[in-house]
Amino acid sequence: MSEPVLELEVLRYRPETDQDPVFQTYTVPYNSDWVVLDALTHIKDNIDRTLSFRWSCHMAVCGSCGVMINGEPKLSCHTFLRDYYPGKVRVEPLTNFPIERDLVTVADDFMEKLASVKPYVITEEDRPVSAGEHLQSPADLNSFKQYTMCINCMLCYAACPQMGLTPDFVGPAALALAHRYNLDTRDAGREERQEIAASNEGVWDCTFVGACSQVCPKAVDPAAAIQQTKIASTVDWYKALLPWGK
Amino acid sequence: MAKSNKPIVWSLFAGGGMIAAFVLPAMIFITGLAVPMGLLLENALAYDRMLALVGNPIGKLVLFGVIFLSLWHAAHRLRMTLHDLGIRSGRVAMLACYGVAGLASIAAAVVLLSI
Amino acid sequence: MGEVMDRRPYVREMPKSWWLGQRRYTFYMVRELTCLFIGAYALVILVGLFRLSQGPVAYGAFVDALQGPFAIAFHLLALVFALFHTVTWFGLTPKAMPLRLGEKTVPGTAIIVAHYAVWFVVSATLLLVARA
Repeated sequence: MSEPVLELEVLRYRPETDQDPVFQTYTVPYNSDWVVLDALTHIKDNIDRTLSFRWSCHMAVCGSCGVMINGEPKLSCHTFLRDYYPGKVRVEPLTNFPIERDLVTVADDFMEKLASVKPYVITEEDRPVSAGEHLQSPADLNSFKQYTMCINCMLCYAACPQMGLTPDFVGPAALALAHRYNLDTRDAGREERQEIAASNEGVWDCTFVGACSQVCPKAVDPAAAIQQTKIASTVDWYKALLPWGK
Repeated sequence: MAKSNKPIVWSLFAGGGMIAAFVLPAMIFITGLAVPMGLLLENALAYDRMLALVGNPIGKLVLFGVIFLSLWHAAHRLRMTLHDLGIRSGRVAMLACYGVAGLASIAAAVVLLSI
Repeated sequence: MGEVMDRRPYVREMPKSWWLGQRRYTFYMVRELTCLFIGAYALVILVGLFRLSQGPVAYGAFVDALQGPFAIAFHLLALVFALFHTVTWFGLTPKAMPLRLGEKTVPGTAIIVAHYAVWFVVSATLLLVARA
């Protein structure tokens, strides 16, 4: 009896030889415990060492191994072959990102957008270490905790059609993290973040498709964060019209 | 970065979406199906009743609110959708969508005030 | 060390038919296109009011025209799309307007149910007024 196998179609792009990306089919042993990343690693170790892909932790924490699996953005370390077997598995680099090589994308634009929203606690005054812990109640933590789970895996950017249609859009993860710090009781940086979040390229490019939240492997809800930011920014806008506002 | 004026466009879109969600199904059923098909509500759209409704300042205001906000909601959503469908000439789409909504709203105000 | 290779990042174009490829995008597009019926119906009311301002004869013609098969078909479709708008709109309210009472977060379904309750009262009132 022959061992069960599974066909993996992988989008290849070797900038030095390929004009356009092409699919290459690999046949790998099927193992019900394997995730797609295991299959990719098997290919690199045993079949074709030129295949390039990113990964690091193999446990859905580092956010490096996001790819399109049968058209859906997923972490390859978190997607089991058994959910597709005996069907084929088609692996492509994340949509809406330029391809550097094979499954590796160029993430520079995302990194710039992420940094632009200042995703860290900004305090009114510098707090010396001697000031001790910056306390926060569990209830206050709960108001934003889900957003802290973001691992910057960029699946939401691949799922968002507005990212493809309007490349300047700041995008789901960055806006969700801006919201996360705005909600943090220790933070005083909202006004600085609003410069980006409430700009034309900020929340207003979102049309609430909601795909970002559906594909998030960590159950973060960027779509909710963006709508809440729209409402809060609208309140700011009307408040500024009042004689005593601003 | 320039201060965005999108909040005014978006808040009217959101307000219109909310109003439309609450009242339009019942209104469409009454004026477009129940009355024309003679389902229990034959007199709902009678001339005198409508005249009385529109003659009332509150009736005018409510009708104007429903028409204006529904039109604005539709215009904004259509503009975004045209962009989604790959119609990139933003200015033309913008003028067509908001222009029709704006002119029709002015017409609604004029008609309501004339009654 | 190996030789330095030239970078040539490959940008994939988004196909215009992107919204046909996946169910969630098609669903989104149908949701967005409800606006056509919302807008068209608002224009129907506007025409009705205009005919009303012209007097009983003109208004009578408008009410008669509503009985035509095309008008009935339009309103039937408009009702379906308007209901789809209502369902999808209410479904998204907990994300846009989460509610916290003291230390507790109100469950999203409670927010949606509250919207339906108001919708029911508004719709019933409109129907009762129309019947009166």
